[in-house]
Amino acid sequence: MSAALAARGLGKQYGRRWALSDCTLDIPQGRVVGLVGPNGAGKTTLLQLAVGLLRPTAGTIEVLGRPPSDDARQLGQVGFVAQDTPVYSALSVADHLRLGGWLNPRWDDEVARRRIGQLGLDPKQRAGKLSGGQQAQLALTLAVAKRPELLILDEPVASLDPLARREFLQLLMAAVAEHEFSIVLSSHLVADLERICDYLVVLASSRVQVAGEVEGLLAAHRRLIGPRRDPKAFAPDLQVIDESHTDVQSTLVVRCDGPVHDPAWTVEELSLEDLVLAYMGRARQQGSASDRRLGVLR
Amino acid sequence: MIRLSWRQFRAQATVAFGALAVIAVVLAITGPQLVHLYYTSVVPCRAQGDCSVATAAFVGRDKLLQALSLVLVVVPGVIGVFWGAPLLARELETGTYQLAWTQSVPRKRWLAVKLGLVGLASVAVAGLLSLMVTWWSSPIDRVNADPFTVFDQRGIVPFGYAAFAFALGVTAGMLLRRTVPAMAATLVVFAGIRVAVERLVRPYLIAPLRIVSAVVPPSPGSGPGNPAVAPSPGDWVLSDQTINAAGHVVGQGGLIGYAGGRFGILFSPAGDGRMTLQGVGLCPNRFPAQASVAPGGGPNAAFSQAAGKCVTRLVRQVLAYQPTSRYWPLQGYELAIFGGLALILAGFSFWWMRRRFA
Repeated sequence: MSAALAARGLGKQYGRRWALSDCTLDIPQGRVVGLVGPNGAGKTTLLQLAVGLLRPTAGTIEVLGRPPSDDARQLGQVGFVAQDTPVYSALSVADHLRLGGWLNPRWDDEVARRRIGQLGLDPKQRAGKLSGGQQAQLALTLAVAKRPELLILDEPVASLDPLARREFLQLLMAAVAEHEFSIVLSSHLVADLERICDYLVVLASSRVQVAGEVEGLLAAHRRLIGPRRDPKAFAPDLQVIDESHTDVQSTLVVRCDGPVHDPAWTVEELSLEDLVLAYMGRARQQGSASDRRLGVLR
Repeated sequence: MIRLSWRQFRAQATVAFGALAVIAVVLAITGPQLVHLYYTSVVPCRAQGDCSVATAAFVGRDKLLQALSLVLVVVPGVIGVFWGAPLLARELETGTYQLAWTQSVPRKRWLAVKLGLVGLASVAVAGLLSLMVTWWSSPIDRVNADPFTVFDQRGIVPFGYAAFAFALGVTAGMLLRRTVPAMAATLVVFAGIRVAVERLVRPYLIAPLRIVSAVVPPSPGSGPGNPAVAPSPGDWVLSDQTINAAGHVVGQGGLIGYAGGRFGILFSPAGDGRMTLQGVGLCPNRFPAQASVAPGGGPNAAFSQAAGKCVTRLVRQVLAYQPTSRYWPLQGYELAIFGGLALILAGFSFWWMRRRFA
């Protein structure tokens, strides 16, 4: 089976700035993938490249085994809910469902109507009058009723209050259970993703920092706390992601394939959030280090 | 896709075509009355001779409806600003393009349907209005006999203006990605190009006809002689110049202009029986001794004869014009220009869409 999303050296440049660079990814199908990273990390760029709203500057991207292209079949296989969930404010909820039916050959009107009913949306209401959460639900309904094989959502809950956020994610998971599509979902908050994702991609400073199954990632990372020592003296099988030192103590986040035997360390498991923060911290340090190098060159 | 485009456009289309229908009814009622009046008031008096009173009364009829002519000047620009500019700009500005372009309809088809439907409506509204106004005004235009002054408010050119204004609006919206700036840009660029074509292109779409004639010197006391005029009162005079032997313009309309801004044909003595034709140069012929101009009166016969010889040899009148018979060919060319520009812009928008977005 082809990957849900495969990228090789993918990059997108705006003017002189690279919004995404050297991105290589292989996301299998049938997963709920969380794409997490700080604001401005390149999440939206990556997702827009995946749905063909942008064209790559460098590298290649394949979605469901084919590069995103402007043809009906490929478009029909991928559902997309854009950031801020845009809807036509002058059209009613019912108009949006009609629109979905007109534009999508595989449209499932029954599913759409049922979801709108469950949400308690008035079909005659103009979409512009809906709350942010309701607009997001409407956009999700359109994307789900299209019956895609892959559903891509760009920060769908960013503008929602906590209650609407939980409700949205619950309904999203219900839809996955019912229709069995793959999902790629971006957020800058790990807490949003923790409950629902089984695959994680951390994007920071326009690069992929780490990607993999959530369970595997959690199993392979540990926090080590112990007496202060020189980071260069560590066992070579420990890959240090993040480190902090006080006068007497060192705290490390490491990637290790086996158990850590050194008795000097206290070994702790990491939460997903800690793991993500460690990678984001590393990306920021590398970023500022490269800025300093540039400063010297100037 | 057609259904979606119609759903998004139907309110505006209803207003526009509704207004068009109302205008059509009013013109259909008043038009035949105008024709009747033409045959009962203008035609009989023409047969009898002078009828300035009757024609003045006739062309003064229904001033309000004649103002539709001016509305027709504005309509293409309004279409460009309100239908063309927001077509893509609003989608790009509000982000709904991300919704529209990720349904199962390919983007080029989406664009083709939008351009086709709204573009066709634009051309239809302006074109139908023009045909109605042209039909209604035909008796008045026949009396005025000056077709080129209403060239852009009649016939087939408004089809082209509307197509161009619409395509221009769409392109501006696509490039600027914001509705209000796109509307402003559309208005400014459209007005600029319309004026530029009217001033710089339309007169020369077909090489103008020229009448070159000797300048007839003024007869005593009556100012200029009888300069050449275009053969028909409806002809479009582009320029009417007096030129010297070297081809330089020395005046207008068979007269000679010179410093001070006065026009006429003036001589000043240059001694030795010679005269200078002011603003041009020394007369090649000598003026006989008996040639004189009475103070406060006119020149005598000898002076007039010598002056005539001088003027004929030094300057010519060149009249450039487009005859009335070229009215429809010029309409055709101008329609082709604006229609062609519209097609180029439409092609550009497809190309840009493919280049800018995957």
